[in-house]
Amino acid sequence: MTDEHQDAAGWFEGLDPGDTAGAATAIREGSADAPDDWPAIAVESGFADDDDEYYEALHEATLRATREAVHEAERADDKQLIHAIRAMDDCERVANELAERVAEWAGSRRGDAGTGVAYARTLADDETVDDRRLASLAGRVRDLDDEAAALRSHVERTAPEVAPNLTALAGAVLAARLIALVGGLKQLARKPAGTVQVLGAEEALFAHLRGRAPSPKHGIIFTHEAVRGTHPEHRGSAARALAGKLSIAARIDHYAGDRRPELEAELHDRIERIQARDVE
Amino acid sequence: MSLPDGVERRSFGGDDEWLATRGEPVYGEPTDGEWRRWDARRSKLGAMFERGMEHGLEGGETVLYLGAAAGTTVSHVADIAGPTYAVEFAARPARDLLEAAEPRPNLFALLKDARSPETYAHVVEPVDAIVQDVATRGQANVALANRRFLREDGRLLLAVKPRSEDVVREPEAVLDEVLETLSEGYAILETRSLEPFHEDHFGVVATRR
Repeated sequence: MTDEHQDAAGWFEGLDPGDTAGAATAIREGSADAPDDWPAIAVESGFADDDDEYYEALHEATLRATREAVHEAERADDKQLIHAIRAMDDCERVANELAERVAEWAGSRRGDAGTGVAYARTLADDETVDDRRLASLAGRVRDLDDEAAALRSHVERTAPEVAPNLTALAGAVLAARLIALVGGLKQLARKPAGTVQVLGAEEALFAHLRGRAPSPKHGIIFTHEAVRGTHPEHRGSAARALAGKLSIAARIDHYAGDRRPELEAELHDRIERIQARDVE
Repeated sequence: MSLPDGVERRSFGGDDEWLATRGEPVYGEPTDGEWRRWDARRSKLGAMFERGMEHGLEGGETVLYLGAAAGTTVSHVADIAGPTYAVEFAARPARDLLEAAEPRPNLFALLKDARSPETYAHVVEPVDAIVQDVATRGQANVALANRRFLREDGRLLLAVKPRSEDVVREPEAVLDEVLETLSEGYAILETRSLEPFHEDHFGVVATRR
């Protein structure tokens, strides 16, 4: 059966049986047009003594190849940024939830009870709190709030390295959120501007597509001053202009990587003109 | 159709009977001795068994699994099948898939794109069954591209998610289109809704044509 296998080679071709590193590389980088009876060919060529030995080698090689590939993919900087921004959001959300609990609890014991993370922070540092558990819980809120702040400055430090143009236009936090929503900088670079415009407004978008609602004008890019600072009547235009520039920035960051300061000036001009429009 | 060898219905202490296979637990599923529960609500293939589809599996087959994700279903498949090749495109779930593959000498995990079969044809041998559960547009084209792995008499067990093709149109209309594309390379034996286990999903059994 050997002659029909001339043009396609299995992953084990030319490898020493004990060379797991080489085998992993062959599995990751090799290719073939069509499958073949690889176990039989491997035994025939002397790579393995029998099927069992072949499968054992294959198991080891695929584990290593996939572990390496997963590791490389997950270590990519944009993926790290996604973890950081999600962790920041988690810390803020949990701090807020716990702060509510602290406020409710404190209200049952103290006359000066306030609300929010700020109040929990004062309580955490207040020596006069007579309940140890309440004071400790307030301390957790303070710690989580500190952690969220530390994560925010981490995001602000790393986002410009991952996506310099996008960060310059959107700010670090919004840039990180956009990347997180689609799963990576590459994915964001491949999205059309119209998609970037409504990222984070999926529920409204699908309601619209099913014919139940007007189309959403903006998703999370609403947090950008260019949208929020524009009169509601012209926000759609502002969001469209901003999304266009953001997706150009994401593409430059992913495919080219150099800084293009002119993008900021262009965005600034566009938004200024939109905001100068008359309001009825 | 009866269950393949190695899949049984067991009670796990309650009144209900569940599908189960024997093997190392993977995702915190309930166990009973060496048996571990196979929840059809978490597995399209499990749902196809529960719905009584003509899956054609007897146990011991060589299997190519496309869209293995974290390895929930493919770990059960590997418990009952022979050499099982698991292809997953996303790195995060593949991390969990590795955990499932480690204790299973017949489960081969590959971080590859099922839309590009040439990137793993140098590893995967011809198989008796292809199980496909990919949530991407072009599900029929993925099946067609991977047809080269299926032996003459082998079966394709396909979970179709119309939502992945088009979120707006009627699921049935999308399914018809998927089946039409699919019939360029496959003869379709059976199509069934996977409800109540999976909403808006369909199971398809096909052979090569």
